[in-house]
Amino acid sequence: MTTAELLGKDPGWIIGVKAVLVFGICVISTLMAVWTERRVLAKMQLRTGPNRVGKFGLLQSLSDGVKLALKEDIIPAAADKVVFIIAPIIATAMCFMSFAVIPMTGEVNLFGHQTALQLTDLPVGVLYILAVTSIGVYGVVLAGWSSGSTYPLLGGLRSSAQVISYEIAMGLSLVAVFIYAGSMSTSAIVDSQHQNIWNAVVLFPSFIIYVISMVGETNRAPFDLAEAEGELVGGFHTEYSSLKFALFFLAEYVNIIAVSALAATLFLGGYHAPPGLGFTEQWLGGWFTFIWFITKVNLFFFIFMWLRGTLPRLRYDQFMKFGWKVLIPASLVWILIVATLRVLQQEGASRVVVIAFTAGLVLLFMAVSSLVDRNKAKAQEPLADGDAPDFPVPSLPHLRSINVSGGQQ
Amino acid sequence: MSDFIEPRKNSDLDINSVPFVEVNQPGPASLLTQAKGFWVTFSTMFKKNQTVQYPDVKAPTAPRFHGRHQLNRHPDGLEKCIGCELCAWACPADAIYVEGGNNTPGNQLSPGERHGAVYQINYLRCIFCGLCVEACPTRALTMTNEYELADDKREKLIFEKEDLLAPLRQGMLAPPHPMYPGMTDTNYYNGDVKEAHPSQQVQN
Repeated sequence: MTTAELLGKDPGWIIGVKAVLVFGICVISTLMAVWTERRVLAKMQLRTGPNRVGKFGLLQSLSDGVKLALKEDIIPAAADKVVFIIAPIIATAMCFMSFAVIPMTGEVNLFGHQTALQLTDLPVGVLYILAVTSIGVYGVVLAGWSSGSTYPLLGGLRSSAQVISYEIAMGLSLVAVFIYAGSMSTSAIVDSQHQNIWNAVVLFPSFIIYVISMVGETNRAPFDLAEAEGELVGGFHTEYSSLKFALFFLAEYVNIIAVSALAATLFLGGYHAPPGLGFTEQWLGGWFTFIWFITKVNLFFFIFMWLRGTLPRLRYDQFMKFGWKVLIPASLVWILIVATLRVLQQEGASRVVVIAFTAGLVLLFMAVSSLVDRNKAKAQEPLADGDAPDFPVPSLPHLRSINVSGGQQ
Repeated sequence: MSDFIEPRKNSDLDINSVPFVEVNQPGPASLLTQAKGFWVTFSTMFKKNQTVQYPDVKAPTAPRFHGRHQLNRHPDGLEKCIGCELCAWACPADAIYVEGGNNTPGNQLSPGERHGAVYQINYLRCIFCGLCVEACPTRALTMTNEYELADDKREKLIFEKEDLLAPLRQGMLAPPHPMYPGMTDTNYYNGDVKEAHPSQQVQN
């Protein structure tokens, strides 16, 4: 029985219970994520991190949340009031919605009902996530625009440009997964990995591209240009305070957890145990799969923290160059290769053809890279001195003089 | 091509007065070099961290740390401060306020003629530079290692003489009391007085 059939038999109340569970998991994991991040980053910097509120400081983020909620809520006079209030709601709601199609457990018993911890299963589940996270960007853009202030506007614009650029690379990296799994449904992709091998192994380049673009997508260091403290004060949420700021904060972390969960689902076999540990999936009546899922999500979350602790922020042009000139072409080429291999496989081509195709690819890659190297060497040669123009221009390596008064020099 | 910027002359100021200097931009580091950075942060997680759990654990300061001031006493309990205001004049932050007063037979607070009647240090202004300590001619003013000087009212951070005076030690007698019989203020200054006179101690 597929997960879709399993979920189809859910009565209304169990759907309600699952919706509350998904919401609760998101909120609690956000609280834990904030605490974990602060502790881990502190450890990376020889500090201790929050350890005062509750045991090991576990309640720190809760008390921060309470503090934020009790603070004065300021709406600037120049702000567009309606949009200013709606923006954080959009940002937060969309993050939670993307969690609806993530399969978190295998078949389990929930209040005497045989089901799986997944709110719904869409045939286009992954596309739905991409769509919903794209709408979440509206929250950021509208927040920047409606604040009636310069820095939030810049932050919002940067954020929109950033998410659009990296959404393309992200979507392209997922195409290879769709081709391999033959489905866009999250549960079907998990099943196909369970039958074969994790996508992270077979589609390693896609995996890498996805992991990079998911950091860009969530506005996190080293791609946190939208809220670059040194340049834009707080970026899009500069003018926000109190609960509205808390909502953005919540949205950011739920978003991180959502993209991490998607990465675990699409590339690391979802809730299934790693190969060789399949027997653990029956423990606790199937609920042990939830632990595997959480472990994999946390693995990605650790990568987020590790990146933040290690890398400085990229310059805006470097960031855009990387997205458009490296990630997108690389994933396009990779999709071509994957599609060709897939077709060869389905047409029943012989092993010789596949090997010849691969060898041809390697040769092509080597030829291109040597051409690139030669171009680089050529670019470093000094240019020949040209004629001096008779209009003022800045000095250039090949134009050392200008003549403002006219005539050749 | 010269690698420095030539000084400008007003006569031939144009865009070429500044020579074009090509800066060699290093390309991106190799993957291995970049991975090293990740190893630094990862391995740091397992090192002992440097945090001092401050309110629970109070690490001692350096011995000559500039903390709160203290007005010292002579060994018999008389104050060393003579109200000369040199500290107040030395203070670059104008944090010290002193008013001198005359020592009278019934009110002898320090050896000699004068004592500090009012002595205030404003810790909202003090920058803990220690120039006041250098200025003090009688070593009355020194600094302690105490650094917990935060408070919730501005008034509380103006320390009066009573707040700054050193505590009475063994053999000291709370002023006002007469000077040690047969001793002058010079004797006090030279450290000839070792304790309060026995007759005075009995009185108390």
